[in-house]
Amino acid sequence: MFNLAIGLGVVLLLAILFLIFRISSLIGVAKGNSKKVATGSNRFNGAFFMVFLIGAGILFFWYSFKEYNNYQLPVASAHGSEYEFMFWLTMGVTGVVFILTQILLFYFAWKYQYKSDSKALFYPENNKLEVAWTFIPAVVLAVLVFTGWRVWSDITSPAPENTNNIEIMGYQFAWDVRYPGLDGELGNYDYMKIDAVNSFGIDFTDKAAYDDFTYREMVIPKGEPVTFNIRAKDVLHSVFAPHFRLKMDAVPGMPTSFTFTATKTTEEMREELNDPEFNYEIACTEVCGKGHFSMKKNLVVLEPEAYREWYKEQESFLKRNPDYLSEVPSELKEMALLKTGIDNNELAK
Amino acid sequence: MSTAAAEVKIGQDTHHDEHHDHEQSFISKYIFTTDHKMIGKQFLITGILWGLIGVGMSVIFRLQLGFPEMQLEWLRPLLGGWITEAGKLDAEFYLALVTMHGTIMVFFVLTAGLSGTFSNYLIPLQIGARDMASGFMNMLSYWFFFLSSVVMMSSIFIETGPAAGGWVVYPPLSALPQAIQGSQLGMTLWLVAMVFFIVSMLLGGINYITTVINLRTQGMSFTRLPLTIWAFFLTAVIGLLSFPVLFAAALLLVFDRSFGTSFYLSEIYIGGEALPNMGGSPILYQHLFWFLGHPEVYIVLLPALGITSEIIATNSRKPIFGYRAMIGSMLGITVLSFVVWAHHMFVSGLNPFLGSVFMFLTLIIAIPSAVKVFNYLTTLWKGNIIFTPATLFSIGLVSFFISGGLTGIFLGNSVIDIQLHDTYFVVAHFHLVMGSLSIFGLLAGVYHWFPKMFGRMMDEKLGYIHFWFTFIGVYMIFFPMHYIGIAGFPRRYYSWTNFDAFSSYTDLNMFVSIAAIVTVTAQFIFLFNFFYSMFRGRKAPQNPWRSNTLEWTAPIEPGHGNWPGEIPTVYRWPYDYSKPGAEEDFIPQHIPLSETPESNLPHEQELAKKEVVSKKDNAGAEA
Repeated sequence: MFNLAIGLGVVLLLAILFLIFRISSLIGVAKGNSKKVATGSNRFNGAFFMVFLIGAGILFFWYSFKEYNNYQLPVASAHGSEYEFMFWLTMGVTGVVFILTQILLFYFAWKYQYKSDSKALFYPENNKLEVAWTFIPAVVLAVLVFTGWRVWSDITSPAPENTNNIEIMGYQFAWDVRYPGLDGELGNYDYMKIDAVNSFGIDFTDKAAYDDFTYREMVIPKGEPVTFNIRAKDVLHSVFAPHFRLKMDAVPGMPTSFTFTATKTTEEMREELNDPEFNYEIACTEVCGKGHFSMKKNLVVLEPEAYREWYKEQESFLKRNPDYLSEVPSELKEMALLKTGIDNNELAK
Repeated sequence: MSTAAAEVKIGQDTHHDEHHDHEQSFISKYIFTTDHKMIGKQFLITGILWGLIGVGMSVIFRLQLGFPEMQLEWLRPLLGGWITEAGKLDAEFYLALVTMHGTIMVFFVLTAGLSGTFSNYLIPLQIGARDMASGFMNMLSYWFFFLSSVVMMSSIFIETGPAAGGWVVYPPLSALPQAIQGSQLGMTLWLVAMVFFIVSMLLGGINYITTVINLRTQGMSFTRLPLTIWAFFLTAVIGLLSFPVLFAAALLLVFDRSFGTSFYLSEIYIGGEALPNMGGSPILYQHLFWFLGHPEVYIVLLPALGITSEIIATNSRKPIFGYRAMIGSMLGITVLSFVVWAHHMFVSGLNPFLGSVFMFLTLIIAIPSAVKVFNYLTTLWKGNIIFTPATLFSIGLVSFFISGGLTGIFLGNSVIDIQLHDTYFVVAHFHLVMGSLSIFGLLAGVYHWFPKMFGRMMDEKLGYIHFWFTFIGVYMIFFPMHYIGIAGFPRRYYSWTNFDAFSSYTDLNMFVSIAAIVTVTAQFIFLFNFFYSMFRGRKAPQNPWRSNTLEWTAPIEPGHGNWPGEIPTVYRWPYDYSKPGAEEDFIPQHIPLSETPESNLPHEQELAKKEVVSKKDNAGAEA
C-alpha cells in the first residue's frame, strides 16, 4: 500500500513536470524564441557562471583552510618534509594558475555574452602570445622537474651500510614482518619452502637465517635509517605508511625496497596529537582481493635504546619452532644451536 | 584521361540513382547498415545504454562508501546473492562493481561512445565525403563492438561474478582463479570481450584515418580541416598504434591463465600451495597495459577537445584562436602520449632512474595542454557568446580540463606520487580530466549535432537545467575527493574503518555520495530530452547554429551519400566568424573567396584571383 502511494506520487510528479515542460515550450513558441539568436536564458546562464565562480571559490578557500589539520597528516619521516616541500611548492604554482584561469574562463563567459548590438573581434592568431604561453609554462615546469629530481634521487638513493634491514611481506590479507636478528643479515628464502608455520619460506641452509625472528607488529627505531625489504607471497600488494610518506609495491618474484628514517616515536606523536590511542599504520594500496581494505599492520617507532632492548629480547624463529632444525644441514647444526641460543639439553627433552 | 574521369562521374551518378529509386529494407537501413551516419547513431545509443549501466554501478558502490551502515536488502531483487545475509554489499562484489564501472566507462562509453559516435558521424560530413572509405569495415566495427558488449554484459550475470581486479586487471590477481572469484570465468569473458573490442577499434581507426587522408573534398586541405577532424584523426592514429599492445598484453594473460605459461607469474604461494611458475614479471604486464592505458586517456580526451574547439568557436562567433597552435599542441600530445606511460608505475618497483625520465616526459605534456587552455580562453575573449547547451558543456569542459590537468602535475611528479598514488586524489584527478571532461565533450557534441542527426532540435531549457545540475554536481562529487586523497585514503577500499588514519571524513564521503545520486538523477532530464526530441522536438532549420562547417550544407536529414547533388567544394578555413566587412557573422567553408571581396584579408585577395569557381558550384552555394 505504502509502495503504491509512493509510486503514484512519483507518476504524478513526473506528469506535472512534463506539463510544465510542455507549457514552457509552448510559451517559447509563442514568444518566437526559435527565431531569436539568443533568448533571455543567455543572460541567466552568463550571470550564473559568475555566481558559480564566486560561490565555488568561497567554498574552496573556506573548506581548504578549515580542514587543513584533517587532510594534512603529520609528517613522521625525514624525507617526509622534503615531500611536503615538493607538494606545497606544486600546490602554490598550480594554485595560482588554477585560480587565474578559472576566473578568466567564467569572467569571459559572463562579460562577452551575446549582445545584439556587439560583434565579436576577429582575432585568429598571435604568434607572440603562443610563444609566450608555451615558454612560460615550460620554465615553470622545468623548475618543478628539477626540484622533483633532486628530492626523488634523494629518496631513492641506495640504502646506507648501517641501515636496519627489515622484511615485510604482503599476502592475502595481511602483512608479516621478519627481522634479521643479531647478525643484522636477513636469511635467504625460497618460496617453495613456505608452509603454514614458515610463512616466509626461510631457507635454513643459510647461516644468516638462524637468528631471524618475526614479530606481530612492525617496530622500528627513531632517527636511524630503516630499509623495508618488500615481498609479496601471492599477488601484488603495496606497502603504504601514510605518516611516513612511504609507498612501494610488493611484487611476487621481484623484491623491492624503501629506505627512510623515522623522526618521531609513537609516544611523541601521541603527545603531539593529544591522542593516547594513536598508532602508526601500514595499509595496502594495490588491490589484492576481497580483504584488500583490511590489510593493516601497526607500526611502532621506539627510541633507539628502547628499540635495541626490545630487539635483544626477541627469540629467533628457529628457537620458537625447533622442528625446523631438521632442515638445517648437519654440519651447520652446531652453529644454528649457538646462534639461536637453543639449549641443547632442553632439546633433548 | 578524360574518359577515365567521365567514367568515374557516371559511376557516381548511377550509384545515386540506385538509392533514390528503392527504399532500403529495415535490416539494411537500421541494423546491418553501412551508412556512417546510422553507424554513428548506433554507437551513440549503445554508448548511452552502457553509460547508464556504468553510472548505475557507481551509485551502488557510492551507497556503500557514503552510507556504510545502510541496509541494502532492497537491492536483493537486483543483486541476489551479492547482498550478504546481513544486508550489506559483498566486499568482493564491491571490487567487481568498481572494476566493471571502470572498464565500461573507459572503453565502452568514452572510447566507443564518444570517438565511435562522432568520428563516424562527423568525418564524412565535415570533410565532404559520401561515406567512410569502407562502409563494410565500418559496419564490422560496430558489430564487433556489439559482440564485445554482449560478452562483457554476460559476465555480469554469471555466478562467480565479473572481473574484479580493478579495470587495469593486474596479474597475478587477474591470472589466478584462486585469488579472487572474479578471476574465474568473469576474467575470461573480460579478456574475450576486450579482444573483440580491440578488433572493433582497429577496424574503425583504419577507416577514420583512410577517410581523412583520401576522401577530403576538393579544396579541403589539411590546413582547412575543422579541429574536430584533426582530433578524430589523431585519436585514430593513437588507437591504431596502442590498442595492439593491449591485445598482446591480453593474449599473454590468456596464456598464463589457461596454458600454464609464466609471462607474468613468478614465485607464488597461494591457497596453501606453491605454484610452479618461475621467471615471469607482473611488471611486464604493467608496462604493456599502460603503453595502451596512457594513450587511452588521450583517445578519450582528444575527441572531446576537438568537439569543444568547434563549439566554442561557433558560439562565441569568433575564429578559434591559434588554429595552427591547436593542431600543433594536439600533435605534441599525440607524440608525447606514447612516452609517459610509466608514470603509472613510479612505486611499482621501477628503476628510480626510469622514474625520473618519465617524470620529465610527463610534465612536458602539460605544456601543449596549457597552450590549448590559453587558446580556449582567448577564443572566448571579446566574443559574442551564445549559450546553447552545447556551449555551456564546452565551457564546463574547459573548467574540468584546468582543474583536472593541474592535479596531473602533482601526480606526474614521482616524489608527490609516492604519497598520492592509488589514493582518492588519483580518483579525483582522472574523473575530472578524463571522465567528466570526456562526458561533457560527448554531451556537448550530442546537443550540438542533434539537429543534424535527427532533423529536430533538443529543448534548450531542459539542456540548461541538465547542464547546471551536472556541472555543479560533478564538482561536488570530485572536488572533495582531493581532500580525502591528500589525507591518504586508498582507492578500491570497501570500507576505511579498519584504519585509524582513514576513519575521518565520513561526513564528506556521505556528501559525495549524495552529490553523485543527485547528479545521476539529473541525467534523466537529458535522456528524456534526447528521446522526446528525437520524435517530438521542434523541426530543425538547415544551419541552426549558423556554423561554417560542411555538414550544415547537407540536407536537414541527409540520405545515403550525404549530398544529393555534387559534393560542395571548399574555399576557406572553417573559422571565418565575425570577419570584418562581412555582412553576416559567419562565412561557410563552401563560399568562394571571390564572392566575398568585402571581407577578404590581403593575402586572401591574392588567392581569390587565382580561384577557379565552377558555375555549378556557385549555383549550388546560392541555392
